[in-house]
Order: sequence, then C-alpha cells, then structure tokens
Amino acid sequence: MTQQFYVSPEQLMKDRADFARKGIARGRSVVVLSCSEGIALVAENPSPSLHKIGEIYDRIAFAAVGKYNEFESLRQAGVRYADVRGYSYDREDVTARGLASVYAQSLGAVFTADSKPFEVELAVAEVGLRQTEDHLYRLTFDGSIADEPDYVVMGGEIDAVNETLRSDWDAGQDFAGVIRAAAGALEGHLPDNGGASGQRRLGPEMLEVAVLDRDPMSSRGNRRAFRRLSIAEVTDILGD
Amino acid sequence: MNLPAGGHSSTFSQISHAATASFSEYLSRSAPDLLPGRGSVTGITSNAEHLAPHATTIVAMTYAGGVIMAGDRRATMGNMIASRHIEKVFPADNYSVLGIAGTAGIALDVTRLFQVELEHYEKIEGTLLSLEGKANRLGAMIRSNLPMAMQGLAVIPLFAGFDTDRHMGRLFSYDVTGGRYEELEHHSVGSGSVFARGALKKLWKPNMDEDRAVSVAVESLYDAADDDSATGGPDIVRQLWPVVYAVNSAGAKRIPERVLAAAAEAVIASRAVAGREA
Repeated sequence: MTQQFYVSPEQLMKDRADFARKGIARGRSVVVLSCSEGIALVAENPSPSLHKIGEIYDRIAFAAVGKYNEFESLRQAGVRYADVRGYSYDREDVTARGLASVYAQSLGAVFTADSKPFEVELAVAEVGLRQTEDHLYRLTFDGSIADEPDYVVMGGEIDAVNETLRSDWDAGQDFAGVIRAAAGALEGHLPDNGGASGQRRLGPEMLEVAVLDRDPMSSRGNRRAFRRLSIAEVTDILGD
Repeated sequence: MNLPAGGHSSTFSQISHAATASFSEYLSRSAPDLLPGRGSVTGITSNAEHLAPHATTIVAMTYAGGVIMAGDRRATMGNMIASRHIEKVFPADNYSVLGIAGTAGIALDVTRLFQVELEHYEKIEGTLLSLEGKANRLGAMIRSNLPMAMQGLAVIPLFAGFDTDRHMGRLFSYDVTGGRYEELEHHSVGSGSVFARGALKKLWKPNMDEDRAVSVAVESLYDAADDDSATGGPDIVRQLWPVVYAVNSAGAKRIPERVLAAAAEAVIASRAVAGREA
C-alpha cells in the first residue's frame, strides 16, 4: 500500500501557482491598450495562423498568453458562450463583464479541483462608445479577475513592458500611436540576441495586431468592431 | 465500427465531438429548445397555416459581377394584411444574403440562427465558409423544420451569394425537405413567385449593371403585387419600397431607400404612361 504524504493546503496552492506562473513567464508578452479610436491588441507572435488574439463578439475581443491549446479552448468556449447568449437574448446583452466572470469561474474551478491548473493569462476587452466606457478585464490562472484602466500587459516580463508603457502610453493617442508604443514596449524587454549590440527589432511579421473600432457601424457599415491588421498595415504604422 | 483513435469513448473522440464549429450543432446538444421549429406540436394533423403571418414574394437574379435579391414588404394572415413593414431579405454574412418566404415567425428564427451559424464558424475557424458550405448548412436547417412544414408551417428560403473562389454570383433555392438546387440567371419564391418569374423571364438580360438589376427586381415585384393579393406593391402613401440587397466582390450592401423610391416611381410612371390594362 502506498503512503499518502500530508501536504498542507497552503503548500499545495503555492506549488500550483508557482507551476502556472513558470509556464506563463516563458511566453511572449501581449499588450491590450485603450485609445481614442478604440482598443488595440498587440502580441508578439511569429505565427500568422496560431492566433493569441481573437474576436469573441460584436464589441468584445480576447487576448491570451500561455499554453496555446489551453487558451484556444477557452477562446472557443467564450465564443460559444457569447453566441448562445446573444442568440437567446439579444446581441446587446452580451457583455465583457459576463464573459469575464464565466472565465474567472472556470479558471478558478480548474485551479483548485483539476490535476493541473491552466497555464494561461487572459484579457477580455470591450470597446465602448466613449473611451470612458471601455472595459479591460485581466484574468489570471487562479481565477482572479481585475478591471484594469488604460492598458493590460500579460506574459513574460510584464514589469519591464509596464515601465515603458507608463511613459509612452497616452489616452489621447490614435491606433497608430498606441500600436507604436506597444511594439516599442515589447521590443524593450527582449533579451539581446547572442551578445549582438543593440536591441532586437520586432518586425511587423513578428507582431500580431488587431483592433476594436469604436464606431464600426459608421466607419465600415459593420456591427463587428474586431479587425485584424495585415502585415502591410502594421508595416505602415511602424514606419520602417 | 473501429475509429482510428480508439472508439467512441476514447479521449480523442470526446474531444473531437465537443469541438464543433457549427453553432446549430452545439445548440442541439446544449440547449435544443432554442432551435427554431423544435416545439413541433404532436397530434395535430390539421393545417396550422392560417394561425401565423406568412411572408411572401422574394426575387433574386445575377448581374454583371454579383447577385441581387429583393423582397416585398407584406406579411399576410389569411385574408388580412399582418404587416406592411416586414423585411424578408437579410444579409447572412459579408458575402451572402437570404430571403424567406413562408411562416414568418419560424423563418425569422431560421434567419437569425443561420446568421449566427456563419459568424460562429468564422470566429471558431478563423476563415469564412465556402458558398457551397453555407448553402448546405441552410439546407440542413430547413430539413430540421420538416415536421412543422408537414403541419403547414413551412419555410422556404432563397439564398444568394458571391463565390469568392469562382468570382461570380450564385443562387440557391430550397424545398421543404432541405433539398438544395442551384439556380441560373434568376429565381423567385413565395406566393407571388409565378408572376414575378414571368416578369423576370422578359426583363432579365445577361450582364446587366447594378442599377438595371435593381429596377428589374422592383418591376418584377410590382408585377407580382399586381396579381397576387399577398404581395405588397410599392406604397407611395407610406413611402415603403422593397428591401433590396446587392452582393458583389466588395460584399453585401443594402440598396438605399432613395434609389428604390426612384426605381419604383419610374416603374409606376412608365405603366401609367402606357395606359394599358397590364
């Protein structure tokens, strides 16, 4: 008969949290920023098809860092939740707050009950008609939920990225401004490449960028605010 | 039957079962009562057709570079006009539109479900369904309404879209069993479809431009309204015109009211000038 060793609940939770944090810290960062034109989502992602940023509903987007299979299943669950809700009530009744609390409950349940916590961190963003009505929710692996003003940074070296954004980000900027600020902040914390001098540049092909337009109905005649920017558009914005 | 990854109860089959890109399939598993036509009343064999408003005539045709679809604004219930304002042509997604004839309540639900179905697929898979794929999904939805159709609550859609692979507009018609038929040039469904179709046969020409296609659509609906009491003609008093959508390589767009008003007034004027019976 095998002997079960006693592990205190504090130790168990700490071990799980450390495990999840380690997994997330290995990943590349994602930044979600509110600005005058809407909300911009910028991720360092070399893959053009395995997205870290996705559309959930008319005015709601999703961004994640961590294990792809885990956040992809959460993204799909979010799309299903939003579509069922919008279909059975009305499109207006789908809110980021509702979605974020469902995510928080699932992440919390998995963290305490499953054999392994999710190694992911999520952001749920909802663009409002005015900048003061934008909502950015940040969800961590243990189900904690935070309503962040202005911008959210997730992933590896969030302190360094946060530091840069604190000076570069400004509420009055347009999409081009915040995307440049985000790309600069993501570049800033990159480790130097094998001793080569200077920072490594993050080219447009290394960035995944999407935006939520504040008023998509009048600008594009579409109620869906989510729009992915092509490499050409990102190149134009970054200007090199 | 042996599945490659270890049968029905394997983790693989459970995962692949859960991972559907189809919204209606997901609903049928998780909330089947939300699907249209699921509350089929058993034990009633009589015709329930007179109980609910009916949507009437839809016409669609190809033109140079795309397709156009138009529907009149009337819904009837027996001999009564149930609505003068109803809209029966809807954008399904960026590159397709559908028009509905038949029991209005169920048809509007089917339309809503179909719109969510296409958007859901796009969000889950990250790519648009092919036009044929969309047409097949609509067929499956109409088939699931067959029990209601047997009781007289049938829904007959007309589906049109721009095929981004072949770079052309295409039309699909359906029967109550979900049978899907590709139509060439033009087609019409609903109570006034016989008359609209007659008009289309004379008015439709290959390679019409969009403006011409809009006026042909308006005129064929005018002819349908002339002979079918359930189809509404252009209403000058209330300023009500047909709902018309055009789909081309740039996407689906609704034709503005003022264009339709001009087209309808031109048809009425030309008929009045001719001063003939029909």
